[in-house]
Amino acid sequence: MDFTLSKEQEMARTLFRDFAEKEVKPYAQELDEEERFPSEALEKLRKYKFMGIPYPKEWGGAGCDNLTYTICIEEISKVCATTSTMLSAHESLGTWPIYKFGTQQQKEKYLKKLCTGEYLGAFALTEPNAGTDSSAQQTRAVPEGDHYVLNGSKIFITNGGYADTYIVFAMTDKSKGNHGISAFIVEKNFPGFTFGKKEKKMGIRGSATRELIFENCIVPKENLLGQEGKGFPIAMMTLDGGRIGIAAQALGIAEGALNETIKYVKERKQFGRPLAKFQNTKFEIADMATKIQAAQYLTYRAAIAKDTQKSCSLEAAMAKLYCASTAMDVTTRCVQLHGGYGYTREYPVERMMRDAKITEIYEGTSEVQKMVISKYALK
Amino acid sequence: MNIVVCIKQVPDTNEVKIDPKTGRLIREGVPSIINPDDKAGLEAALRLKDSQGAHVTAVSMGPPQADTALREALAMGADEAVLITDRAFGGADTWATAHTLAAALKTIPYDLIITGRQAIDGDTAQVGPQIAENLHIPNISYAEELKVEGEYVTVKRQFEDRYHILRAKMPCLITALSELNEPRYMTPQGIFDAYREKQVKTLTRKDLDVKDGDIGLKGSPTRVIQTFTKSPKAAGTLVNNLTSEEAAEYLLDKMKEKFII
Repeated sequence: MDFTLSKEQEMARTLFRDFAEKEVKPYAQELDEEERFPSEALEKLRKYKFMGIPYPKEWGGAGCDNLTYTICIEEISKVCATTSTMLSAHESLGTWPIYKFGTQQQKEKYLKKLCTGEYLGAFALTEPNAGTDSSAQQTRAVPEGDHYVLNGSKIFITNGGYADTYIVFAMTDKSKGNHGISAFIVEKNFPGFTFGKKEKKMGIRGSATRELIFENCIVPKENLLGQEGKGFPIAMMTLDGGRIGIAAQALGIAEGALNETIKYVKERKQFGRPLAKFQNTKFEIADMATKIQAAQYLTYRAAIAKDTQKSCSLEAAMAKLYCASTAMDVTTRCVQLHGGYGYTREYPVERMMRDAKITEIYEGTSEVQKMVISKYALK
Repeated sequence: MNIVVCIKQVPDTNEVKIDPKTGRLIREGVPSIINPDDKAGLEAALRLKDSQGAHVTAVSMGPPQADTALREALAMGADEAVLITDRAFGGADTWATAHTLAAALKTIPYDLIITGRQAIDGDTAQVGPQIAENLHIPNISYAEELKVEGEYVTVKRQFEDRYHILRAKMPCLITALSELNEPRYMTPQGIFDAYREKQVKTLTRKDLDVKDGDIGLKGSPTRVIQTFTKSPKAAGTLVNNLTSEEAAEYLLDKMKEKFII
């Protein structure tokens, strides 16, 4: 098995790393402290055409592949998980379903604007009473003449309030459970669509996480994505891809924390020598570096599977499960190696540890990933 | 308008360490980059392309690995790329390099040639002006600002304690300072297109009309005897508020003290 990146993927990594260092890192601490949306980064991501990396050029994308997109999320996450959350929700969740399931007309109208970054995208599945159990959806869509009428609410929606389009899931036939769910493309300014409170979070604090409220929201029939009743597989396939983005994010957070820690243990002296000279430090660093390497291979493998296989469900679940636990473990150990300073906001590892936790929760908890993996293993 | 930008692939000197024993650069594992002054020259050309339309060709003389620097130029927005490479060109000093580049430039249409002021690995600042001499075209060096109007280029040239505004009729050659602008990033699409849809044209010895005595090591009059790291100097003393007479007296005293006079 060959894990060598192509020349273009290598050069893209150099670009993403350079961009992250110069355009994203300077804002990371401030965005976290002020719980501020990464508007500066978004403007630059649009300008340099990072908003549609894996999508074809005919739709305004960059015409690269999923591995390159994964590397982009990884590099940005090394310095700021808030920014990569925004980008990942836009590309993996807000854009992909239209690329995969949209009609020609929907692609003309929405995909081009999403891929060029003129529009920011979002994805709305979770409800107050339907998290992992997505079949318990209470948002309803009732057909009326040339449109549907949506009623209900969604919570924890990334890019909520900032996104221009939302992939919204709603019940068109409650009696059918999962088979009664349909997907819709909802524009920000559709009548009856408003935003509720913005969540105050432990980590990724600059990312906008909001409630969406639909009160007799009018959605034109041509905005039904895929067929009526086929919303559930759309949601699940989208999340398979999204999980690779979160795996890459978790991987990047772990790498970023390790980079900061390597710098720190070389400088910080105790008992007359740098921390890096102590065996405990060396063993900790070796352990973390090895876990990160394994996490990277799982993530890249999943990204390649998305480009080449019909389904990447298993690979994505394994990558996300392992990367998220690696991110949590590595950032915790990095804070420990920093000692008291690691617990302060003076050093970024404190923020990285808080940011890491979400990767074990969103786009399917670690427990959900285990459900997916065991389903394949016990087949 | 045809603009040709000469770029050099150099080791990123920010990342280079010097072996304290031998005094030589440790090049191993050091990333290669486009020389910063050259990158500013490329950006200047791309801005002219954006604002008034131009065909931008990036040219580099170097080993086959310099292909990467040219792909980067394409990924930033250059239209064409030419690599001048041959064992016969190896070991060239600025004289031989300028002769080789000038010979290559005779095969490429140009109105404006932009080079960087100097390369961070050599710091000579000679190649740009030497190319202009070889091509018998005007040269304005140290460009801090650059404007093209009709057939003329107007350049704000950095000088020690002032600047000069100079105008030249094209074709001409400008050497750019990294202060000229902030170069753009590549784009992901630009990178993929640079490798998958664009070509880097190669020119070798046989493609160029140049004398053997003017290229490569044989054509290089410069001989490097020794390279060494300068030992750091102690901080100087600043003496303020003296009249001219007092200053002269102070200097005389100091020189006597050190047995200089």
